[in-house]
Amino acid sequence: MSEVSQNDSWLTRATDWIDERIPLTKTFKEHASEYYAPRNFNFWYVFGALSLVVFVIQILTGIWLTMAYVPTGEGAFASVEYIMRDIDFGYLIRYLHSTGASAFFVVVYLHMFRGFAYGSYRKPRELLWLIGMAIYLVLMAEGFFGYLLPWGNMSFWGAQVIVSLIGAIPYFGPDLMEWVRGDFVMSGITLNRFFALHVIALPLALVGLVFLHIVALHRVGSNNPDGIEIKANKGPDGNPVDGIPFHPYYITKDFVAIVVFLIAFCAIVFYAPEMGGYFIEKPNFAEADPLKTPDHIAPVWYYTPFYAMLRAATFPFLGIDAKFWGLIIMIGAILIPAALPWLDRSKVKSMRYKGWFSKIALMNFIVAFFVLGYLGTIPPSAFATAVAQIMTIVYFAYFFLMPWYTSIESTKPEPERVKH
Amino acid sequence: MVSEDTLHTNRRYLLLATAGVSAVGAVGAAIPFVQSWQPSALAKALGAPIRVNISKLQPGEILGPVPAWRGQPVFVVRRTAASIARLEANVANLADPDSDGSEQPDYAQNTTRSRNPEIGVYLGLCTHLGCSPKYYGAVQPEAFASDWQGGFFCPCHGSKFDLAGRVEKNLPAPTNLIVPPHVFEDEKTLVIGVDERSVA
Amino acid sequence: MQANAQSKLSSRTKLRTVIYASALLFGVSALAADTDWIMKPMAPNLDDTASLQRGANLYVNFCLGCHSLKHQRYERTADDLGSIPHELMESNVIFTDQKIGEHIESSMSEEDAKGWFGAAPPDLTMVTRVRSPEWVYNFLLTFYEDTTRPFGVNNKVFANVGMPHALLPLQGLQEEVCFGKRPVDLLKSKTAIDQDRVDSIKGSGDDNCGQLAMKASTGIYSAEEFDQAAFDISNFLHYVGDPTRAERESLGKYVIGFLLILLVLAYFLNRNYWKDVKSD
Repeated sequence: MSEVSQNDSWLTRATDWIDERIPLTKTFKEHASEYYAPRNFNFWYVFGALSLVVFVIQILTGIWLTMAYVPTGEGAFASVEYIMRDIDFGYLIRYLHSTGASAFFVVVYLHMFRGFAYGSYRKPRELLWLIGMAIYLVLMAEGFFGYLLPWGNMSFWGAQVIVSLIGAIPYFGPDLMEWVRGDFVMSGITLNRFFALHVIALPLALVGLVFLHIVALHRVGSNNPDGIEIKANKGPDGNPVDGIPFHPYYITKDFVAIVVFLIAFCAIVFYAPEMGGYFIEKPNFAEADPLKTPDHIAPVWYYTPFYAMLRAATFPFLGIDAKFWGLIIMIGAILIPAALPWLDRSKVKSMRYKGWFSKIALMNFIVAFFVLGYLGTIPPSAFATAVAQIMTIVYFAYFFLMPWYTSIESTKPEPERVKH
Repeated sequence: MVSEDTLHTNRRYLLLATAGVSAVGAVGAAIPFVQSWQPSALAKALGAPIRVNISKLQPGEILGPVPAWRGQPVFVVRRTAASIARLEANVANLADPDSDGSEQPDYAQNTTRSRNPEIGVYLGLCTHLGCSPKYYGAVQPEAFASDWQGGFFCPCHGSKFDLAGRVEKNLPAPTNLIVPPHVFEDEKTLVIGVDERSVA
Repeated sequence: MQANAQSKLSSRTKLRTVIYASALLFGVSALAADTDWIMKPMAPNLDDTASLQRGANLYVNFCLGCHSLKHQRYERTADDLGSIPHELMESNVIFTDQKIGEHIESSMSEEDAKGWFGAAPPDLTMVTRVRSPEWVYNFLLTFYEDTTRPFGVNNKVFANVGMPHALLPLQGLQEEVCFGKRPVDLLKSKTAIDQDRVDSIKGSGDDNCGQLAMKASTGIYSAEEFDQAAFDISNFLHYVGDPTRAERESLGKYVIGFLLILLVLAYFLNRNYWKDVKSD
């Protein structure tokens, strides 16, 4: 530690004082000013930072919502309206949170797609990918528990349907379902425990996982659109020749992205907070009624691809009934991206250099995801179910056939240096 | 091609401008969160003026049950002629006999601290740390004062107030009891929370 | 606003045609099932303070007896609908012993309601968000006589609705009729949308049954006046469903404007820094 000199400014002296006690400057250097990121990041590389921004928005607005929200069957619905109408700016805080939930999934899905396209899950980033998958799973649970809290009629019946899925588990199902609800129906006690999970347990888990995600990222370094390792090519100063310090270059770049994101986000919050019924569904403006199901139950949009696959299971197979198959398919569809690091056998990481098979498979996957997402929002029909079944196969084919098509296709050679 | 110098000069200005505007944005973003802690429409509705019927309030008594305005207890007392006389006489031992440092509407800055000498209306919270004093209306020795002339005694920290809510010297409470805005709508009806008759 | 509506209520000399004009203009559905009713379009207008005030007045007179607005306060309503003075609100709108700061509650107790209607009438604070303003508007317009129902009326957009026709004194009683092939020229009218409706009738069957026509012209409003009343109530409920909309939308302009300025700065700052990288 440097000797304190009379000539040092108060800022330098204050920094020194802190650095002797906690590694402030060292941490900043390691993770920002001397963290070398590839210089060829494109549009797709802003969604990690945006996820963090949305996470902060959700935590802040969430804390503020709990200040007036009442987690009881009798009080929940009215307390949300109390926030919306009687508290100064309460409507803003609530809409920021409800829009933030959807925005979270938008940016996380785009962040994940980036990984799919550029092979960000490949060695040495397997653990980074798995931690990310864990974040995604916790986020889904967080969204699910949070959706019950307004205690609207869609909250109630949506949760009822999802919890009933547990009932499909052979033998233990029905008992497990009662255990989760703490009652024979969705009730005040269910609401209360979902509230505890939503505001304390899962956010804590998310904070820990996000921390690990960043630690893991900075250990292995960021991937890039060319999918080559910049650490393999270091200059005389020991830094990657294709790397630039995260601070200031990506701080300023991400800042632009954040402002653009906030403009879109605020446009929705201020002018279309319900987003035509996709962010806040219409039946949720009526209080939960255990005796009256809404005419059409659809989960919020970010679950609909998986919901469509759940409904696509319509016939028993291998002695297991359709309901349980639905559950298996749904959970499988959510979890299977975790296997990507071991399914992809390609010589190259990035879609830029992969062959046509990979490109077509990825395009099919995206189409299937969107079509399933749409099908999950509409009432079931014979035609829709048939389409959903085909799309479910397409969805899984992307993963199951990957070891085959990535190993037989001809790839383009990766460049020595990143293209900038 | 821009020279290196221009680049860095521009950079400094841009940094300052961006940081400045961002700081304004941060403050702006904080406003809703801060503002949301203000009393809500519900609290304001509960804080609306209240009407109390004082026709059955006898001289020497306090209105019971104690009415609440904005959720706070309000003491409404009807003083006897004798106790009004005592209020005028016993001023030597008071911390703020003229209520100069105390909170009350202009019309209540007088000896009896009221619109009407007979009826006293006081916020029932000690000006020390907000406990609610107790009413001891009778002139008789009390455990806390052998020469008690009638008034309010705060059990938390021992402040004593007379029947006009005036605090005695050398006790924790610095000022007299607060007089809330009030108005007499008619003989029987006292409205607490407003000054003017027209507003209801 | 009170006086205005009451003068309407008292003028019982309006002329009406036998076939109710509203049925001609928009009553074009062929089947009785509620989903088949082709909605008459309705675009709420929150800037029309007079309409919102009339709607509030009609609501407290004809709806609030049964349907509370339990999340909305009188005070905010008065302030939002063109700063109605609170005394005027208390004397003209609040019929119960409620205070201005309280929620708009119905005076009917839930027990009474269950006894009379079999179920408590729903709270309507957010009916326009659960359904839509248009749905409410069409609901109000399409009560018709149905002697098989307990209250003698049914509704085109809410089949087998369990309530009486609350606006009967204003509208009069409609009945279901078959227009046959005739109405097409009668319907040749007004707007492009209406012409679409005519076309949809033409193709929808031979006899165009399930249309609504005025049966008993006992209502004190003309067809146009009733149409306006239904619009006003729906418009008012649209406001009640989301009372902060105006505040939100005006604030949004400043927030987004601010962010656009920040974006310009952020963009140039970023471009400035990245010149280092390009020049490497």
